[in-house]
Amino acid sequence: MPLAPPITEIDQLKGHPALALLLESRAIGVEGAKFDRDEMSIYVDRSSIREACALLRDDPSTAFNFLSDVTCVDLYPQEPRFEVIYHLLSISKKERLRLKVRLHGSNPSLSSVTSIWPGANYFEREVYDLFGVRFDGHPYLRRIMMPENWEGHPLRKDYPVEGYR
Amino acid sequence: MGHMNPIASLEAGADRTMILNMGPQHPSTHGVLRVILEIDGETVIRIMPDIGYLHTGIEKTCEAKFYQQVVPLTDRIDYLCPLTNNLAYCLAVEKLLGLEIPPKAQWMRVLMNELTRINSHLVWLGTHALDIGAMTVFLYCFREREDILRLFEMVSGQRMMTSYFRIGGLALEPPIGFFDKVRDFAKRFPANVDEYENLLTSNPIWNMRTKGVATITAEDAIALGASGPTLRGSGVDFDLRRDMPYSGYENFRFDVPVATEGDVFARYMCRVRELRESNRIVQQALEGMPEGAIKADAPKVVLPDREKMKTQMEALIYHFKIITEGFAIPEGEVYQAVESPRGEMGYYVVSDGTAKPYRVHMRAACLANLQLLPKMCEGRLIADVVAAIGSIDIVLGEIDR
Repeated sequence: MPLAPPITEIDQLKGHPALALLLESRAIGVEGAKFDRDEMSIYVDRSSIREACALLRDDPSTAFNFLSDVTCVDLYPQEPRFEVIYHLLSISKKERLRLKVRLHGSNPSLSSVTSIWPGANYFEREVYDLFGVRFDGHPYLRRIMMPENWEGHPLRKDYPVEGYR
Repeated sequence: MGHMNPIASLEAGADRTMILNMGPQHPSTHGVLRVILEIDGETVIRIMPDIGYLHTGIEKTCEAKFYQQVVPLTDRIDYLCPLTNNLAYCLAVEKLLGLEIPPKAQWMRVLMNELTRINSHLVWLGTHALDIGAMTVFLYCFREREDILRLFEMVSGQRMMTSYFRIGGLALEPPIGFFDKVRDFAKRFPANVDEYENLLTSNPIWNMRTKGVATITAEDAIALGASGPTLRGSGVDFDLRRDMPYSGYENFRFDVPVATEGDVFARYMCRVRELRESNRIVQQALEGMPEGAIKADAPKVVLPDREKMKTQMEALIYHFKIITEGFAIPEGEVYQAVESPRGEMGYYVVSDGTAKPYRVHMRAACLANLQLLPKMCEGRLIADVVAAIGSIDIVLGEIDR
């Protein structure tokens, strides 16, 4: 099964219900989309991630009612440096969707989705702990894996694998 | 270190209450989970899990390894179902490569996965019953678990950290006599499950300790990200094996046990019935096991057979190149989730076009399931906390990674 090249043109992907829904809403900034290896990714503007999640969860045409995962990728030394990644799942439609938010390296922060899915709590704490991305409005944003007095964020690319000596 | 003198603590809210520290060495916390409780007499007012004692930075380590070198690391995430993790990672990388896996390898993967599920559920059932005070079940469960570990040893040479799946197929052909041994096991296993059920299901003490304890509604379970038997115990009929099939699960017939009560007993029933369903899948896999290759036809990715490597120049070159340089994967990203014994085990793998993964992230089912604990336990007795922790079947290796 040879790999098909990824589709990145928004115009070609407009038929996808989640993308159509987000494009329709004026309040949400869609920065791009990608369909690659049977998986749909949508880049959302930093300021509208909460609205986008709430809309995708509540609208019956998408019904992404389950938050599978929140994680982050560090693209150091590129800018914008961080990509925060949300994996949504629709239990009724049996579909997945990936939302991405690009963040600049200096003081990266975005709003928390814990008010939409309380289950985002630990995932966001993990991203905060290991990448240093702040989630505004999180009820308890503290380190979760590393000790409280740890310095640095281990999963950043400029953090050595063997740690600082 | 911060954990020795934790800032993560609760302050007693009123004069009547006190703070009780449970774990990380408490036997009922299944490893190194620490739970901080605010109690009023024997009633739990607030509860806060404190995790991270087993954090080893596996995700960071993955970034420094070749793709094929990550497979053994995935064993160590969830030490009760290593093969499920092997599978999720291999499927993710195969999806990145666009690699087709021969049917025999797929069926073997399903067979091994269901054996792993039985193995994991047996450990859960034994320790969960032990926590609540039924010691006999533990001994019975570990008797059957030993048989499964012997089967693992037979195919992979390892009892626990099997690393049996490889990117593109399996590590080795299953040895002669392996299928007969599995057939034997699958034949007598239903009677063993009857034995466990005789000891527990209608036992009045077991019922009093589990029915109506630590209940959770379907809405709460979904909102908090629960998956697997923890979610199905609350009445949500969702199983990745059936609803989003992978590795040929669409060829198997099985039922997904669901219970609606949402209490400890419901989750117990779901898992016990899953034991029987997994056994059914094992039997089907044995009956329909196809003949053929166990590795994909992709010489640049899959190591050649030992014989070929010793006799053919080309195979030797590929062998050398894979070992020394790994293999590059086209740029891209995938998220592959499988149904582990505990729920949705997802692997998010990002490739930047080189031979090492740019990022590997594991979505741990237990990490999300653990968030249910406060909802389950607040306002109930301390003894119920033990039952609740057992019923969400936590593995700290997976939570902390």
